[in-house]
Amino acid sequence: MIRLLAGRLLQIAVTLALLSLAMFLLIGLMPGDPIDLAIAGDPRLTAEDAARLRALHGLDQPLLTRYLAWAAALLRGEFGYSRLFAQPVAQIIGPALGSTLVLLGAAVAVSALIGLSLGALAAMRPRLAPFADAIAILGQSAPSFWLGILLIIVFAVTLGWLPAGGSAEAGGWEALRFLVLPVATLAMANLAAYARHSAAELTQVLRAPWITAARARGVGEMRLLLRHAAPNAAVPVLQVAALDAGSLVGGALITETLFARPGMGKLIYDAVMGNDTNLALVALLLVALVTMLATLAADLGQRALDPRLA
Amino acid sequence: MRLRLGILLLGLLAAGGLAAPWVAGWLGLDPFAPDLFNRFAPASATNPLGTDDLGRDVLLRLLEGARVSLAVGVATALAATLLGTSIGLLAAWRGGVVDAVLMRLADGLLALPALPVLVVLAAADTGRIGLPRGEAASDIVRIVAILSVFGWVGVARLARAAALSVLARDYVRAARALGAGEGRVLARHVLPNIAGPIAIAAALTVAGAILAESTLSFLGLGIAPPAASWGNMLANAQDLVFSAPWVAVWPGLAILAAVAGCTLVADGLRR
Repeated sequence: MIRLLAGRLLQIAVTLALLSLAMFLLIGLMPGDPIDLAIAGDPRLTAEDAARLRALHGLDQPLLTRYLAWAAALLRGEFGYSRLFAQPVAQIIGPALGSTLVLLGAAVAVSALIGLSLGALAAMRPRLAPFADAIAILGQSAPSFWLGILLIIVFAVTLGWLPAGGSAEAGGWEALRFLVLPVATLAMANLAAYARHSAAELTQVLRAPWITAARARGVGEMRLLLRHAAPNAAVPVLQVAALDAGSLVGGALITETLFARPGMGKLIYDAVMGNDTNLALVALLLVALVTMLATLAADLGQRALDPRLA
Repeated sequence: MRLRLGILLLGLLAAGGLAAPWVAGWLGLDPFAPDLFNRFAPASATNPLGTDDLGRDVLLRLLEGARVSLAVGVATALAATLLGTSIGLLAAWRGGVVDAVLMRLADGLLALPALPVLVVLAAADTGRIGLPRGEAASDIVRIVAILSVFGWVGVARLARAAALSVLARDYVRAARALGAGEGRVLARHVLPNIAGPIAIAAALTVAGAILAESTLSFLGLGIAPPAASWGNMLANAQDLVFSAPWVAVWPGLAILAAVAGCTLVADGLRR
């Protein structure tokens, strides 16, 4: 167990190191370095000023040297400044991560609840299975930004029940109203996987001999499903959660951008659009780290539930 | 049944894309020419699905978008399948350190949140590393290259698993005993027998590529206007939810049909 954990943590560290190196080198190729932008913003800067500024900020160094210096600073916990927000990156990222985790948590809860119910329905009533299948395929195929736009049109524009985007000034109920459409968008994109896997798993478990035995003893259908079948189907569901962590985070980027909701996804997008290299990289690495830790947690959960895996 | 439905959906979209120039000639309209006196026109005989915010015909742009989206999907699947099959075969055949390194690389890519990485990748100036930037054709090349970075992983894992089981079969040992070279064993005995799983993975790659392209184009990082893509048609639609909500309907339905078509084909092949 300890060895497994150490191996996985090492793998995460290596992945992050390679990702940061690849991204740093590629972003070094992005159009315009910060000094070019400064020149564009202030016509009084001369070529000598530009050269002096480049030397001052180390931008005249080779890309690899800059990467090593930047990575070393990251490891010391110095995340640098965001040009776009004119704030230390550490101060921006804290609240953004919190907001995204709230969104992700709510979306996982909703999609697992609805997805598992659909899956159970399909497994218990085989005649309804094609119907649940169709919903799952549609949910998997519809682009989530389009679903989001449709939800905005129906619930914000036509009915006027919910805000079309943004976030609440105050907490409490008002904040919840702003959460409904983003969570619905994200959940709709992810519930399909839960429905498909739980339906497949439950169908198989329900054919097991101990289920027939329980039924013969007179156990009710609901109790049969919840007590006898569901725990056995929980393992593959955690597997889906582990596999889907990445796409869920990708979905958060779309939803946050679409609904103008502050969070890590929107931060990455804004940083990329605003040529804020440092912020984009730090935010991307943090999101990757959180995703991989979540995957690891789901894997460990599977092992805890299923002694055969441990 | 699923296979047929999927092929039907994809066939319709492909036929629509191929017919785009003829439909444009037949309607006498240009999908790229703005007509500011005819913005947001309702569906009519001249504009079967109405016009968009610049007065361009929605049906024609939808058909042009089909060309782009399907081209990106198929090209990405081709590149990813070639790369993935080679890597998967190599890993299964060589085993040992090569296998371990390649599969850890695949695991690492799979563990990453793809979209945020793609967003950062798409913004990098690929012009400086030799990939063109700017026009529709070069946008397509750029997107396909970016999507292939993640696309090969699924194919490689499936190809490796299938190749491992085939390599352990008796007919492979027999071929080797009869003096067949390793190249011949892989090309004539292994490859044909792992074609099924690879075809499934390829179909799923098409679906994923179409979704990813439309998402990147929607975010303004994929196919740039005036070229039409289902994704960038929806980028306009978001600004128009209050003035012209119907603009959002058709491009989304097209993406849905294309992705569902690929998923159905993959499902059908699996049975």
